Amino acid sequence: MKNIFKFILALALIVSGNIYAQQTPGDAQSGAISITGATAHIGDGTVIENATIVFDNGVITALGDSSTPTQGTVVNASGKHIYPGIIAPAKSLGLVEVNAVRASDDQDELGDFIPHIRSLIAYNAESKVVESMRPNGVLIGQTTPQGGRISGTSSIVQFDAWNWEDAAIKEDDGIHLNWPRSFRRGRWWVGEPRGFQPNKDYADQVGEIASFMNNAKAYGTGKGAERNLAFEATVPLFSGGKTLYIYADGEKEIIDAVNWARDNGIQKYVIVGGYQAYKITDFLKRNNVPVLVSQTHALPNFQDDDYDLPYKLPKLLDDAGVLVGIQNADMSNFQTRNMAFYAGQVVGQGMDKERALQLITGNNAKILGIDDMYGTLAVGKSATLFVSEGDALDMRTNILTHIFIDGRAVSLETHQTELWKRYSNKYGQN
Amino acid sequence: MKFRLLLLCCLFLGGQLAAQDYFPDNDSVKEQNTNYTAFTGATIYVTPTKVLKNATLVIRDGKVVSVGTNVTVPQNSIIVDASGTTIYPSFIDPYTEFGVKKAERAQGGGRSPQYSPSRAGFYWNDHIMPEYNAIADFKFDNKTAATMRKAGFGVVGAHRNDGIAQGTGVLVALNSKGDDADRVLNTAAGQYFSFDRSVASRQSYPTSLMGAMALLRQMYHDMRWYEAGNSNTTDRSLEALIEKKGMYAVFNAGDKGNDLRADKVGDQFGIQYVIVGGGDEYEAIADIKATKATYILPINFPDAYDVSNPYQADYVTLADMRNWNQAPANPKIMADNGVSFAFTTYDLKSAADFKGKLMKAIQYGLDKTTALEALTTVPARIIGMSETLGNLNPGAQANFLITSGDIFESSTTLYENWVQGTKNVINDRSVKDIRGTYTLMAGGKSYEMTLSGDAAKPKIEIAQGDTKFPAKLTYNDNWVIFSMTDEENNDIYRMTAAVVSSSNNLSGRLVLPNGRETSFNANQTAGPEEAEKEASGDNDEAPTMVDITYPNIGYGYSAVPQSQNILFKNATVWTGEADGILMSTDVLVRDGKIAAIGQNLSARGAKVIDATGKHLTAGIIDEHSHIAALAINEAGHNSSAEVTIEDVVDPEDIDIYRNLAGGVTSIQILHGSANPIGGRSAIIKLKWGESADNMIYNNTPKFIKFALGENVKQSNWQSYSRFPQTRMGVEQLYMNYFSRAKEYDAKKKSGANIRYDEELEVLAQILNGERFISCHSYVQSEINMLMKVAEKFNFRVNTFTHILEGYKVADKMAAHGVGGSTFSDWWAYKYEVNDAIPYNAAIMAREGVVVAINSDDGEMSRRLNQEAAKTIKYGGMSEEEAWKMVTLNPAKLLHIDDRVGSIKVGKDADLVLWTDNPLSVYARAQQTYIEGALFFDLDKDAAMRTAIQQERNTLIKMMLDDKGGKNGNKRRPGSRPKQRFTCETI
Repeated sequence: MKNIFKFILALALIVSGNIYAQQTPGDAQSGAISITGATAHIGDGTVIENATIVFDNGVITALGDSSTPTQGTVVNASGKHIYPGIIAPAKSLGLVEVNAVRASDDQDELGDFIPHIRSLIAYNAESKVVESMRPNGVLIGQTTPQGGRISGTSSIVQFDAWNWEDAAIKEDDGIHLNWPRSFRRGRWWVGEPRGFQPNKDYADQVGEIASFMNNAKAYGTGKGAERNLAFEATVPLFSGGKTLYIYADGEKEIIDAVNWARDNGIQKYVIVGGYQAYKITDFLKRNNVPVLVSQTHALPNFQDDDYDLPYKLPKLLDDAGVLVGIQNADMSNFQTRNMAFYAGQVVGQGMDKERALQLITGNNAKILGIDDMYGTLAVGKSATLFVSEGDALDMRTNILTHIFIDGRAVSLETHQTELWKRYSNKYGQN
Repeated sequence: MKFRLLLLCCLFLGGQLAAQDYFPDNDSVKEQNTNYTAFTGATIYVTPTKVLKNATLVIRDGKVVSVGTNVTVPQNSIIVDASGTTIYPSFIDPYTEFGVKKAERAQGGGRSPQYSPSRAGFYWNDHIMPEYNAIADFKFDNKTAATMRKAGFGVVGAHRNDGIAQGTGVLVALNSKGDDADRVLNTAAGQYFSFDRSVASRQSYPTSLMGAMALLRQMYHDMRWYEAGNSNTTDRSLEALIEKKGMYAVFNAGDKGNDLRADKVGDQFGIQYVIVGGGDEYEAIADIKATKATYILPINFPDAYDVSNPYQADYVTLADMRNWNQAPANPKIMADNGVSFAFTTYDLKSAADFKGKLMKAIQYGLDKTTALEALTTVPARIIGMSETLGNLNPGAQANFLITSGDIFESSTTLYENWVQGTKNVINDRSVKDIRGTYTLMAGGKSYEMTLSGDAAKPKIEIAQGDTKFPAKLTYNDNWVIFSMTDEENNDIYRMTAAVVSSSNNLSGRLVLPNGRETSFNANQTAGPEEAEKEASGDNDEAPTMVDITYPNIGYGYSAVPQSQNILFKNATVWTGEADGILMSTDVLVRDGKIAAIGQNLSARGAKVIDATGKHLTAGIIDEHSHIAALAINEAGHNSSAEVTIEDVVDPEDIDIYRNLAGGVTSIQILHGSANPIGGRSAIIKLKWGESADNMIYNNTPKFIKFALGENVKQSNWQSYSRFPQTRMGVEQLYMNYFSRAKEYDAKKKSGANIRYDEELEVLAQILNGERFISCHSYVQSEINMLMKVAEKFNFRVNTFTHILEGYKVADKMAAHGVGGSTFSDWWAYKYEVNDAIPYNAAIMAREGVVVAINSDDGEMSRRLNQEAAKTIKYGGMSEEEAWKMVTLNPAKLLHIDDRVGSIKVGKDADLVLWTDNPLSVYARAQQTYIEGALFFDLDKDAAMRTAIQQERNTLIKMMLDDKGGKNGNKRRPGSRPKQRFTCETI
């Protein structure tokens, strides 16, 4: 065991080139790199054994079996596994550093309908939480404001950057709408019982959304109206320039949300959460709505639900033909590094491993609209990928040796590995 | 015995003499009415079991003089012909707030908690008020009295339901014609208790159920100490408690679990409380019976949920649906098990709802004699007035009901409710009961007519086949006036008739829509009983009751799983011992223990399970859990060593089942992290379906939770008034408490007279090495500090839990001998976890610290196997060492490794059969055993899923068919509260 430990350490040293180089973004790719001998998990459900993958200028130029010619620097990854970078939707990564420290929290602005609030400009490219994503293979995220009815506008970033401009992959990609709940939990702090109870204001709350959106639509068609930032930010929803992410879990809420979005000219919309989506898969398919389900590591919402309903929910939707990805909006940001294991959990429920990988790579890219460059390994797409000693979906074997984002070699080091080494050295453990 | 008989005779004779009135009277000449009133020809329930036909009851001056079939009616008697009626002792409700002013809610205070009491010269806690006397705030309430009398009640016990020790109540006859001198029967009737704080005080302590229990215990300890003359100061609360010791004590528990908790507190001090239950006692009837308590049962059976909207029906749990279906059987099940009980109207909106609920209990099979006892003799016994109340024996109070017949039939009319010899007419007996079904002939057409409901004010329904005609009826002074509308052309038919006693038919004048007058006839086809049935749509069939499970919620078992002898064949066995991982190995389980491990073991009658391709491990142990508890933090004091989670284990938490499905078999339920000195732990096995007490380990090791850092400093919320606010203060708090505990213990050991202090007792156990600390901790300074404090007092900290910077002082921890129970990868949620690293477990383990991975989270706890696997990724632990971090190591930390934690001959057969390498994210627990009993099984689980769906459908259909409660109301869908806890939940 101690040998493996040393081996990892040695690898880490090689890749980073400098033990304490954390947070120093990798240099732009300066020559072709070829990785050989690994099992390539493409992210679209397929695998190439003993694969060779070549990339240059940040883009994959060749991908195939061992007969594929190599170019430039060759990394021998025999016996290892290569994956597209994992994509984390709907997270406030980079917007909050320490949850309990208010000064470090920039994720939730005042106001209920604030689509003009933009996450990107507050994204902390040097966040210690963000860097801790990378050694687990999570390389891309949708940094997303939280709270309110419309929380604001997200952007998609990659996790190895000097600043937010460097980080941006897709600026202002979507607006995030928290759909009202027809049932809510009792507000115990004002003396209500804690259990579920019907939300009497549901219809009114839905009405407020409709009213806001109608105003935005009217604003978009008119000329000469005084400038309104919130409406202006909303207008692209009607042309497909932005995607609407609708957070809804209940069967009724999902149906209401989809019917509303479809009938009001929202061009692209996604259900986020979708706890009861498995009950209405035909409806979702008919309306061509993708679902970003919550992380599988969750308890059932209802006492009588199957204990493993959250584990198998992605499979239930996938089996029914719904496009499904995984997000963990409800969790603390640090948990996002466990994305791979959320997908692994579904394999225990009988899903094929490659298909499970899609839930956090290819499918998420498609749903977020970045599949032209990210989410799968393919010629012409970005070389955003990582190499793992073993099966990356399993905790036992998710041990990374190389990370590349847009072809740049990225450090495997973090604040945490630094402390690990410092104290291991103190005790002479390595 | 003879003496008592003599005494009775004296009483009997005495009853005949007018009570001597000592008040001067300046209004007139002083005179007395010494006439008797005799009720003749009635069926009389002298007691629920002594029924006399065609009997006579003689009363005078508010008391029964004589009763019997052969009674000589005194000459100066007013004789009331009561033939055809039935006379019952009127009902007694021992548990009401009748006429007693409610406590006023404390105002203001803002957000910062109040830690000190508001009073001086009383007990140190405002919620303890045994000195309170309800009579001081008593004002007879005529309106409620009338409602209660209408429901059949003659006497009520009344008290102020506020606080933990609530003081004494009063006993009142509902005699609106007399005054308090007549009707207040006892000004100091009973002591009352509950687990709920007083609304009148904002004093923080206790914030939890377990705190309320500890406070009650300390109150009784203090009472003894005070009684022995040890106090230098005056405490009016304790003085009152001492003075009232002989009174009956009523405990408002409110549900089956709290029934048992109240009884447990009582048992410790030799007090048998009368327990006010919650109506769910049937779910744990054996334990309820074992309390040997008399119960006061509320009768507020739940209305059906409105499940007409399927989306909304999802929000109603099977448990709540069952509760609707089963709760009316509670009284019957109590009676069948020989548990004595009285009824109360206490949690009904109005006593007017009482009869309907009572009828439901009878419909569910409650025996009528028991019902009558629960309303008369049992409450009389509870309040210590068996001689004079609840029966109609000579000498008893003349409190009785005159009815048209069996009082437990819905068609029966209550005519009069006599209280203390004064008459209260409920329904005029001279008014003929016209309820029934009729054939109405009017205007040449025939209709079906039903009169039902209140005999004095019947409701009318008129129909022709399926067509209903809106109708109205008034019935006054023996005249009935009614009308009927033909909606088709809005024609109104008006009818009037005089009711005569000689005929059951109605006939009289009919005014046709065109104003022409003619006559109508309505011939009675059936009497009141039939009409009631028709109107309510009820039939005589007892409702179908769905089965009770253990626990009585979805995924409960029909019986608690029992230990079996099992042979696992050909498994990959993770022993957790020196043998390591054994391939193709058999494990034999006998009598709940691991009997043999080896190749080709013979079954010898054991059930064989083919485990080929499967992995067999010891059950997972979670050192830090907060599931299965009703409270986690007692936040009212900065030290709460006196509370124990063992008092508040919740055996019905669905997360127990879900933990089993994740291969977890044992957990330590820790107190939260609100206080530097928290409360004691409960270490339990997840025996789903067992009672809380049966889940707790036998000879359980004794643990207590301590906490350091931001939570105990209250850093992350607005609270600036409680010591300590810094880590510096935390140390001194420990120094102070341990010094005091040491002095206390020394004094006690010297035989000196001490005030028993549960908190210091517990701390002294730590000093004496009898109790272990599991301490919530994050940063290295505080970890180091607590070890040094312990060393100063010559003991060792047992476990640091969370211990996220343990890696920084791992060498010191190893030297001290403390273990670490940590998260696999949590960090960044608050400032003190900034340097938390997932390599922590590996570094500590390599330094020789016993390391466990824990959850502190009801979700993560069910996949601790995966969390253990993360130590392979982070820090390169071997698979065997990783696995021990959730089995043998936590067992060691909890001092239960002689019983569980590995697969070793002689240890408990707490085993999990996995579909894959148990450290893999792909593995599922296929079966989970505790002591050889199968508590989780994928196949059983699949069957239960189907069964739950079916049962939900059945109950939903029944609820849709149900006609609802009062006015057809149904409950809006929703769920009963369920709270999930973490360390920080207050």
